[in-house]
Amino acid sequence: MAIWEVTSRLSDLPDFMFPSFTQVMSTLISGLISGQILIAIGASLSRLLIGFTIASVLGLVLGYLIWRYKIVEDTLGFLVTALQSIPSIVWFPLAIIWFGLNDFAILFIVTLGATWTMIVNATSGFKNVPVLYQRVAKSLGSSGFHFLRTVILPASVPQLISGLRIAWAFSWRALMAGELLGAGVGLGQLLESGRALGQMDLVISVMIIIGVIGTIMDNVLFLRLERSVERKWGIRA
Amino acid sequence: MYLKIEGIEKSFPHKEKGTVKVLDHINLEIEKGQFVSIVGPSGCGKSTMLYLIAGLEKAEQGKISINGKEVKGSDSDRVVVFQEAGLFPWLTVLDNVTYGLLLKKMSKKEAEQKAIEMLKIVHLGNYINSYPHELSGGMKQRVSIARALVMEPDILLMDEPFAALDEQTRMVLHKELLDIWRKTKVTVLFITHNIREAVLLSQKIVVFATRPGKIKATFKSNDTKDGVMPNDVTLQLEKQILAELQEEIEKVLKEEMGDDYSFKTNSVSRDTSGDMGSHI
Repeated sequence: MAIWEVTSRLSDLPDFMFPSFTQVMSTLISGLISGQILIAIGASLSRLLIGFTIASVLGLVLGYLIWRYKIVEDTLGFLVTALQSIPSIVWFPLAIIWFGLNDFAILFIVTLGATWTMIVNATSGFKNVPVLYQRVAKSLGSSGFHFLRTVILPASVPQLISGLRIAWAFSWRALMAGELLGAGVGLGQLLESGRALGQMDLVISVMIIIGVIGTIMDNVLFLRLERSVERKWGIRA
Repeated sequence: MYLKIEGIEKSFPHKEKGTVKVLDHINLEIEKGQFVSIVGPSGCGKSTMLYLIAGLEKAEQGKISINGKEVKGSDSDRVVVFQEAGLFPWLTVLDNVTYGLLLKKMSKKEAEQKAIEMLKIVHLGNYINSYPHELSGGMKQRVSIARALVMEPDILLMDEPFAALDEQTRMVLHKELLDIWRKTKVTVLFITHNIREAVLLSQKIVVFATRPGKIKATFKSNDTKDGVMPNDVTLQLEKQILAELQEEIEKVLKEEMGDDYSFKTNSVSRDTSGDMGSHI
């Protein structure tokens, strides 16, 4: 930060292109106080949460179907692997045509970005449930939905968590890309207006916010979840 | 007859040969409360036989019936204890044991009470709130036995339950199993490849031939046993069973190691590490 401050002050670039650390901080704090940044965070996170939730549920359901039925695996399973390699922002032009340049279009690509990985991870999680656990449960009289709820789901929890983590990262990236190009309030839109107005201090402030939120989610939420499962199961990482 | 197995046939798909027959026309009858062991070389289909009785697999032909009722699918009147404990790592020891009871629509309170009683019988009363990874191999297997017994099954199906344990633990569990069997009078079908174990525990021993799995011989042993020390009678029986098995073992070895292998040739009995004057 000191190096940043010094190089910024010494460099020939004008302030608006290479703002100093103190300048960025003051923009960040005033943005937070005025509510401009907070509103953007709120808007972005709510989009993200909705998209991510839809993707998780969709991923679990489709993952289950692929695991359960051979015919679904041969058809949908193959399609998913192909679609997974397409970055979700590529869908944006289509989404704009289908839904217009609005929240729906952004939500669409956020959901899409997370769904494929979630399906892939759920499927492989279900497939990797040890046969022994399944036999034990069946021998004790479990079947049908009870079998799914008490054996298949809990046994694949470690893989599901890492699936959620990757899905979260994908939808977060898709969200930023979508908001940069799209409409409405949001962190991405704030970046775009920062660029348009030539306020690099605002741009950098938003970048800091994005970094902080990403770190919190990944290191605090998902890593904790993973650790607690590892501790309970006795898996040493 | 209590448990009746009639003309069971079962084959599995094989990469090169198409299908391989693992069980060929098996007939077996077991009385209520009997302790029966099945011994045989690995791959002779003895575990498959057990899974068929458990209803975890389906036979191509033949019929298995209990008390005259044909077996269709798995049910909690026949519970399997597997070679590995297979405890659910996401549940505590207590929750693992109550798992089956709650499935029987028992109230949680009653189930927990029963489970704790059963855990005390297998000497794990102090570990009810532990997670499986905190237990040793023998303790885990005891939990899995408790999990099966607490269901009060009519038939306890045991698939090499002590094979992965060390000798001391196995001896302790043999004794405990016999105690429990005498107390509960449950019918036990015990699969093992350990002849001594079979002889020490059971009243009836069924020797399986391999590829395809067939019943080669049956032995009866009505001697009083403590499950620990072999005596003259059990040693004699062990010898007889080993003689029956020898041929089967050779068959397996020949298949795995080639036709030139013979189980019997290496019969020189002396200390091979002793020198025969080569250092003169």
